[in-house]
Amino acid sequence: MQCENPPCTDVCPVNATWKREDGIVVIDYNACIGCRYCLTACPYGARYFDFGEDYTDGTPEKQPYEEAASPEYGREWKRDGQGSPVGNARKCQFCIHRLEAGMLPACVTTCIGGATYFGDRNDPDSLVSELISSPRVMRLKEEQGTDPKVYYLV
Amino acid sequence: MRVEISQRNLAVPVGIVWLAALSVGLVGVSQRLLTGHELSNYTSNIPWGLWVAAYVYFIGLSAGMFLLVALTNVFGIQRLVKYTKLGLFASLVLLLAGLLTIWLDLGHLMRFYRVYTDGNPSSMMAWMVWGYTAYGALLVATLWLVMRRDLVAWSSEPGLKGQVASALTFGRRDIVTATGDRDTGTARVLFLIGIPLVAAVIGGSGALFGVVGGRHFWNAPLMPILFITVALTSGTALLTFLVAFLAPDRGAASHRDVVQMLGRIVLGLLAFYLLLLWAEYSITLYADIPSASEPVYQVLGGPYPWVFWVFQVALGAVIPIALLSFWPRSAAWVGLASLMVAGSFLATRLNIVIPGLVEPQLEGLDAAFMDSRLSFDYFPSLMEWLVLIFIGAFATGLFYAGYRLLPLIGKGKEVSS
Repeated sequence: MQCENPPCTDVCPVNATWKREDGIVVIDYNACIGCRYCLTACPYGARYFDFGEDYTDGTPEKQPYEEAASPEYGREWKRDGQGSPVGNARKCQFCIHRLEAGMLPACVTTCIGGATYFGDRNDPDSLVSELISSPRVMRLKEEQGTDPKVYYLV
Repeated sequence: MRVEISQRNLAVPVGIVWLAALSVGLVGVSQRLLTGHELSNYTSNIPWGLWVAAYVYFIGLSAGMFLLVALTNVFGIQRLVKYTKLGLFASLVLLLAGLLTIWLDLGHLMRFYRVYTDGNPSSMMAWMVWGYTAYGALLVATLWLVMRRDLVAWSSEPGLKGQVASALTFGRRDIVTATGDRDTGTARVLFLIGIPLVAAVIGGSGALFGVVGGRHFWNAPLMPILFITVALTSGTALLTFLVAFLAPDRGAASHRDVVQMLGRIVLGLLAFYLLLLWAEYSITLYADIPSASEPVYQVLGGPYPWVFWVFQVALGAVIPIALLSFWPRSAAWVGLASLMVAGSFLATRLNIVIPGLVEPQLEGLDAAFMDSRLSFDYFPSLMEWLVLIFIGAFATGLFYAGYRLLPLIGKGKEVSS
């Protein structure tokens, strides 16, 4: 959810997760010890543990996309054995690698309903600023003071 | 004499059970090391399971036992002071068992050192690790100091016992009365430091859960107090069991006096724990705010209500209270009741860790995705149980080795503190 006040980062015992200057909450896969404290602390269930399993485990054929390396945090991560990112906490990071290449996050470009928007909230002329100025906007669990940067148009 | 014979008769079946437990446990540990977390049943939504509960259980036993031993030494309760070495060694074994359990729970076993090199001071978990490290060092130092005179005395004995004692003296066998008094004085200082340290560390373990604001079942200011109470109750109960069945003066009136005294302490602590539990559950259920009360309903009538009603209530409270009340002078019944109390607190720990996670953080989250790793239902897998069995066998074996090879309960030349 890329919270402004993320409860998941302070609890990390090894400083493996933090909020970047642009507001995206990231994880250093090579520092994370896999204690999963951050998973318990996230009030949105937005963090996951990589158990080392694939979606096509137990099916006749493992799909190629399961074996492909995942581009995250500036490098390609091949899920192999028990090495990172297996054994790590993982989460959405707005596809930083795509943002850095001037592209939109994958969920925005692939949403078949065109229902997802992404942009700079600090730019008053941006489309997202216009959309979230609408009174029909809500965010999840605002009472917790986490100030998430994901808005829902209802 | 009769007790000696029955002990010998028990040795073979107990040894066979222990070897079997160690063997099947090793299968589980091998599976854990070879396949990582793939054979576990915890999920991304219930990310902590049996091992985290077992970890806080072992740590609580250790810390509670240490606190009792330290308090009896500081306040000079002579009838209990003679069990200092036994209590400290058992505390050390339980601490090692707890740390081994949580180490196997990590996603990356070899990165545990990062808590020391890159620790985050804003994380309760980091403080907990640092605290337990300090506690472990203090425990080892105190145990060595209170055993040193006996180790010197034992080092001249033949066989393995003498060799172990000799090695543990680290070549310092020139013990005179003054040295012994200095050891006792230093140990007393360490006990004085240890009491607030261990209380803070075990309370901090409660705070580790209490500070998670998004989990209403955990997020209670009472949590650190609850953890200290649970630790004291379970640790005292386990020491009572050990004293009841391992003390060399079994059968004597002095032994019955000590066991009766310990039994009363267990009863008092258990009553206080039950009061806290009642306060927590009754207030939560009366207010009936779903995010807070639903986990309590899960404990009382969810998919695994027997964990509460059978283990916590029947075996952990009703039966032990009856035994401790009706047969307070019987070392066997008090010992058995105390074992039941100590054992049942694993259920207590499970009913703290798991219910705090079963309530979906968002309404409908449990139905939003269909994947076994996103489930909100949890029962430990066979691999998880096997690993716990291994740790139990490891701890029992280590304790037994110490019991046979170290001057823990006054075999040889007992030295009063």
